[in-house]
Formats: sequence, C-alpha cells, structure tokens
Amino acid sequence: MRPETEAELADMISAAKGPVCVQGGGTRGVNLNGDVIETGGLSGITLYEPGSLTLVAQAGTLLAEVEAALDAEGQRLAFEPMDHRGLMGKSGEPTLGGVVAGNVSGPRRVSVGACRDFMLGVRFVDGTGTVVKNGGRVMKNVTGYDLVKLLTGSWGTLGVLTEVSLKVLPKPESAACILIDGLSDADAVAAMAKALGSPFEVTGAAHIPVGLDGTPVTMLRIEGFAGSVDYRAGQVAALFAGQEVRVERNPDAVTKGWAWVRDVVPFHGADGDVWRVSCTPSDGADLAAKIGAEAHLFDWGGGLIWARVAAGTDVRSRLGAFDGHATLVRGTGQPKFQPEPAAVAALSKGLRAKYDPKGILNAGLMG
Amino acid sequence: MQMPKPDSHVLSRKDLIVARLKEVLPEDAVISDEAETRAYECDALTAYKCPPLAAVLPSSTQEVSAVLKICHELGVPVVPRGSGTSLAGGALPTADCVLLGVARMNDVIETDYDNRFIRVQTGRTNLSVTGAVEEDGFFYAPDPSSQLACAIAGNIAMNSGGAHCLKYGVTTNNLMGVTIVQMDGTVMEIGGKHLDAGGYDLLGLICGSEGQLGVVTEATLRILPKPEGARPVLMGFDSNEVAGACVADIIKAGVLPVAIEFMDRPCIEATEAFAKAGYPMCEALLIIEVEGSAAEIDEQLGLILQIARRHNPVELREAKDADEAGRIWLGRKSAFGAMGQINDYMCLDGTIPVSELPYVLRRIGEMSKEYGLDVANVFHAGDGNMHPLILFDANKEGDLELCEAFGADILRLCVEVGGCLTGEHGVGIEKRDLMVDQFASADLEAQMAVKDVFDPAWLLNPAKVFPLAVSESRRSVALAAE
Repeated sequence: MRPETEAELADMISAAKGPVCVQGGGTRGVNLNGDVIETGGLSGITLYEPGSLTLVAQAGTLLAEVEAALDAEGQRLAFEPMDHRGLMGKSGEPTLGGVVAGNVSGPRRVSVGACRDFMLGVRFVDGTGTVVKNGGRVMKNVTGYDLVKLLTGSWGTLGVLTEVSLKVLPKPESAACILIDGLSDADAVAAMAKALGSPFEVTGAAHIPVGLDGTPVTMLRIEGFAGSVDYRAGQVAALFAGQEVRVERNPDAVTKGWAWVRDVVPFHGADGDVWRVSCTPSDGADLAAKIGAEAHLFDWGGGLIWARVAAGTDVRSRLGAFDGHATLVRGTGQPKFQPEPAAVAALSKGLRAKYDPKGILNAGLMG
Repeated sequence: MQMPKPDSHVLSRKDLIVARLKEVLPEDAVISDEAETRAYECDALTAYKCPPLAAVLPSSTQEVSAVLKICHELGVPVVPRGSGTSLAGGALPTADCVLLGVARMNDVIETDYDNRFIRVQTGRTNLSVTGAVEEDGFFYAPDPSSQLACAIAGNIAMNSGGAHCLKYGVTTNNLMGVTIVQMDGTVMEIGGKHLDAGGYDLLGLICGSEGQLGVVTEATLRILPKPEGARPVLMGFDSNEVAGACVADIIKAGVLPVAIEFMDRPCIEATEAFAKAGYPMCEALLIIEVEGSAAEIDEQLGLILQIARRHNPVELREAKDADEAGRIWLGRKSAFGAMGQINDYMCLDGTIPVSELPYVLRRIGEMSKEYGLDVANVFHAGDGNMHPLILFDANKEGDLELCEAFGADILRLCVEVGGCLTGEHGVGIEKRDLMVDQFASADLEAQMAVKDVFDPAWLLNPAKVFPLAVSESRRSVALAAE
C-alpha cells in the first residue's frame, strides 16, 4: 500500500485488520510481517524559512531532497543523521520520516543533541486511523504534552508520521579534525572527556581502536568560522601537548572522516551481528571490554559503542547491569530494543494500547 | 477562572488524611492549619488563590512515594509545587488537594565533569545548579528569568526556557534523567547518565507535562563548559519590520548568537524611565549576544554589525568592557520590574514564526487601541517567543477581565499565524481554556490518553492544561470509581 495523502493513509489504517509494516525508504532494517505501508507517496517540503531556521516536510520526503534544499541556503540537519544502508546492506533512499521515527542521529549528537532535540512538530495517523497533530513549527512551544518527543524514536509503533517540522542550523564555513594516535580505549575516553569538557565547543569525539592504518586513532571535531576554528583547534591540540597530535584542515578529509564514523563504515560488509550500546561515556572502555567484540568503535566521547560480534552473541548478558541500553541494530534472535524494567514497560505497553489498540503498527518491534 | 467543585467526600475526611500523612512524615512536614496553608494558596499568577486542604514538605523520594501512596489510596488530588513561581497557575491548589512542595529537597547528589552532568534533588533552584559547578568552569544552560527562585522541579514540569535557548535549547534538551514517583507511589528511573532513550522517549514526555504524570524528585542535568567570554551589542531601528529583517539576515548569514532580545518602543520608554540604562528612543531595539574567545567574539560581532549597518540602524552600540556590557543588559533585565512600577501587568508567552513578527506587533498595537489597554513587548527574537506585557489596574472593576480577554486574543493571534499559546510558561490554568483554539479534539484526546496511562485516576494536578469541559468525563469517572 502506498497512500498519496494523509486521508488515504488514515483510511487504510482504520480499515486494517492485521499487522502493517510501516516503511519509508526501507533502509534501516525494519522488516516485519504484515502489509507494507510505504510512506513515499507523502512527499514534499511544505515550508522552509531559512531566516527562522525552520523546515516542514511530509514524512515520505527523501532525506536527500531535504539536505539539498538546506544546502542551497547554507544550512543543515545539525544532528547529522546516520545513513544505515552500508551497515544494513540495503539500497533504497532514506526518508525524513524514517530518520524521525528512528530518532536517527550522528556524531554531533554529543554536542548539539539528537534528532528529537530538533523536532518541532509532528502530524501522524494513530493505530485507529485518527489524525493527530502535536507541537508546531516554532522553536519554543510548551503548549500541552510533548507528543513530538514520544513519536520521535517510536519506530512507527505508535503512529505513522505524515508530516514533521524541524529546527535546522547554519552550516559552518569551516571544520577541523584533531587526531591523536595510539591511545588505549581507556586513555581515549579520558582524552575525549577532557576535550568535551573544554570551552572550545568540540562537536564530535570518536575513538577507533583499529584505524585505517591498523593503529588506534582518536578524533575530535571543531566547526565554525575559519578564524575561530583555527584558534579552537589549536587550543584543543594544546590540551594534548606531548602526545601524537595532528590537525586535519582539509574540508573533504574532515567530512569523509566523520561520515566514516557516523555510518560505521569499518563494519560494512563484515559478517556478524551489530550492536549499538548507549552508556555513560566514562564506562565506555570497561563495557567494550565486557562485550569482547570482534571489532568495536566509540562515538559520543565513549557514550556510544558500536560492536560487531559473532551472530547470536548475547551482548546484553555480557554487559550485565549498567547505566544505558543495548540495541541490536543488525542481527536476529534477540529483542531489538533493551527490555525495560517492569514499571517502565507497563507504561510503554499502556501507551501502545492507547495509540494502537488493534496492535497492528510495526507489531512487536518495541515490546 | 473556573475550578472544579471540591470533592466533598475528600473535604469531610481532612482529619483522617492529615493523620495518615503524619504517619509517614515528620510533624513539621505536614501543614494543615488554615492560617498556615495560606502560604501555598497561589503561585506567581496571584490573581487566583485557593488554600489547599493540606500541604506536605517531604525530604526524600521515599517520603514523596509514601505521601502519594496514601493520597492514591484515599482518592485525594495532589498538586505538586516547586518554588511557586509559575506565571500560568501551574501550582494553584484546589480546596480538596494535598499540595506537595519539594522545597526541602535541594541537595546536589552527584557532580561529574568527565560525563558533564549534575544530579540534584528537584527542589534546588535553577541558579544554584549553576552555582554548584561554576567554580569548576561549568554552567547549567536553561535560564528562565525567575532563575534565582524557580526550582528545577518546576522547570521540568513546564519545560522552561530562557534568554539563551537559541543556542542551548530549553529544559528538555538539557535533561538526561529523572527519578519520578507515580501517583500510586511507584518510584521509577527514566533516562540516566547516557544520552538517548532505549525505548520510547518517556523523559521527553514527562518534561513539560506540568506535574500531571508524576512527581519528579531527582534530576540528572547536562552541564556545559563555560564559554571563554560573552559580549552583547545593542542596536536600534526605526521600525519593527527592519529589526525583524535584520534578525533574519543575521541568522541566514550563519551566525548563531546565544541571545537575540527585542524590545519595542513602549517597553524601551518604560524601562528607560525606571532603569535609566541610556537606551536610544526608537521603535525597536535589539540586544544580541555572542560567545567565545575575544577574537571569536570580534569575528562574530564584526559580521553582525556589518549586516546591521545594511539596515540603517539609528543606533549601534558595542560593549568595550564588562561595565558597558552590563549597561546594555540593564534595561532588558529591568523590563518586568519597570512595568511593575507603572502598573499591574499580565505577561503573555505566545510563540510565533519569526517571519510573522512585524504583522503580529502591528495587530497587537491595533488591539491595544480597541481594548484601551497599553501593551509593551519584550521578545526572544531568535526563537519567536513573545512576551507582551498588558498593563491594567487590578483595583479597577472589570480591568482584569478586560486584560484577560485582550491576552486571549493575542494568544489566538499567535496560533493563527502558525505559532502557539505558550513558549515557556506552560498552560496551567491560565491558558487551559484556549487549548481548543490550538488543538482539535483528537489532538487533545491523544494528550489526555497519556495521562490516562500515567495517572488513571486523574489525581495529579487535575484541573490544569486541559479545558475542564474536555477533561470532565475522565475526572468524573475517576471520582466515581473511587
């Protein structure tokens, strides 16, 4: 099914008797049983006001179209959504709705926030076929409950997004990447904490234990006006005086390097399950050791661990109890999302029962 | 403002309720004497007052849980209260409620610079959160203008903002985790020291829910390294349109100031008379602040001034030192006090798309003439959050009602141009009945469904946010069940 309007979508869902699988570009690896509803027919940028830093688009709009429109005005989606295609082995074109449904963010999450932090409004069709709107197109809005946050990251299980509005930000004129060579995981996490705790506005902090040349590399990103980037990159590099520090100023190299982290390129084409562990940054190195992955890397200053393990490995039991959660991004046989404590799970279940009483929207995906 | 009829069954059992509360709280933490409960009869929306049945001042999450368990069992409504600075009546009691104040819970629990968070009890004031970390070079970003007094609990309930949210976001963007007690006494941890939710974003849902989903007793807040410096620039223009266009051009040029404050002529005149900050007399005044090292500030301000000059400002004033920076901010920071000197005033809080600024200001001017009430505008121009101040005389018969009607019309105007009723103060009782102007019934149903899940008996802060008529069936079903 491929509705062309919100009303058509509402009719389809209200008539649905069995499970439906909501799909944008189909690039994020959500494959469930049921009739597929493609959102691609709900496409187009509804409103874009660069001076207000606001973009409104239908959910099925291609991400590439949105990014091109923003780029033409020197702006961007600051939360840097990851492209899952290489990791998941998918083709297809990611949609804006898919990004929002998955709260998909990238390395800049550590400084500017996640997709959810840039969301201003949603329209969606709930599991009964009712159209609901929440939020709006303005940056400060506390009118009623924040269902925008609830829907962002709900992976289509509470409603099918039809329109989203987002805050966008200027694209900085310049960027630099400070590279520190040879650090252990624990030392890298400490170095990233030091940089992120400095006033120099680090917008990315990642550590690759096995870099392109086979040795560890820690990456720190600085963005802004050229003069400011020069100054801050120098200050950050100076924090690590006496260590193997380089500053990369070639814009293409900086962009490519961070896209490599964002899309977890080192795991592309390699066998095994892929896990994403969100944790307290300073616990990152210890938790990675507990996972004992075939390969791993850190983003968000250590607060995000990407781990590639043999298929079927129960990473959650290896981790034990910790502050955070583990998501099975690629692989089967275990729940995709970390099971919640009973009281929280009861709330999640209660919300699903209200928004999708027939239990048909991406059924079973989030518990 | 209409409030639901107090539940006579609850009122008649006051002695029992108080006795039960005293079983779980120290003697001095339960206030039931009528003279003393008056201290909690209102918040900063002082036009409305109602002493609670009793007030409790628990000191720990366990005590909050014990109180809620009892109230849940006995079917007693509970109104949570931070510091009572709500301008929307968010902490206005009902006669049949137990008011739960978190003021005694104000400890710092943990400070962690490596992971850049602070964990506090939620009775702690906003400013004292920054106070706990500033010596080590950090700060907590949301800065509502009541920050000296307002509590983190209330900030979370209302998703408070401040002048600097263009760059740093509002409370929800700086909140990492909470301990929340549900109405039945269940204590839950939502979020934590990690960055994103493992399931639904319940933290995002709780933030801004106006104390209707649970009582937040502890919060993990993101702290940020303090910028090396900050410097404001002041500019005056001879029309609102030009000032608005200047703001848009600055943003389009890729500069992201930490604050862009806007004042119109009535506001400039009033603050000038009061604070004598030396502001130019013009139609529109902008204060723009940027951050960074001295050189970075120069770079950004250079660009801003270049753009401003293209718009023929009547005044451009840079701050050369801290003293001059202070003078630039002085008038803006005294704006509300200045208004209070002139008259009683009502402070509105609607948000509009920035592009609609000139039209909305013109319409407000026209309405001001129609209603015969003066209005001054201060405005977070970067994010479109307006604060029209309507002046009225509380001692004059009918003036408050006239002022409220004018305020409601301004808020409807905000909604009409694509904005919303409230940008940072919350709905409370003040804007409750206007919700139908912004939301269709299905939109409100979807929100109330959340409350049904978290608080099925509708006991927490029950008469707020939703129009009474809209929530009535739920509240009365809950009452009958009890």
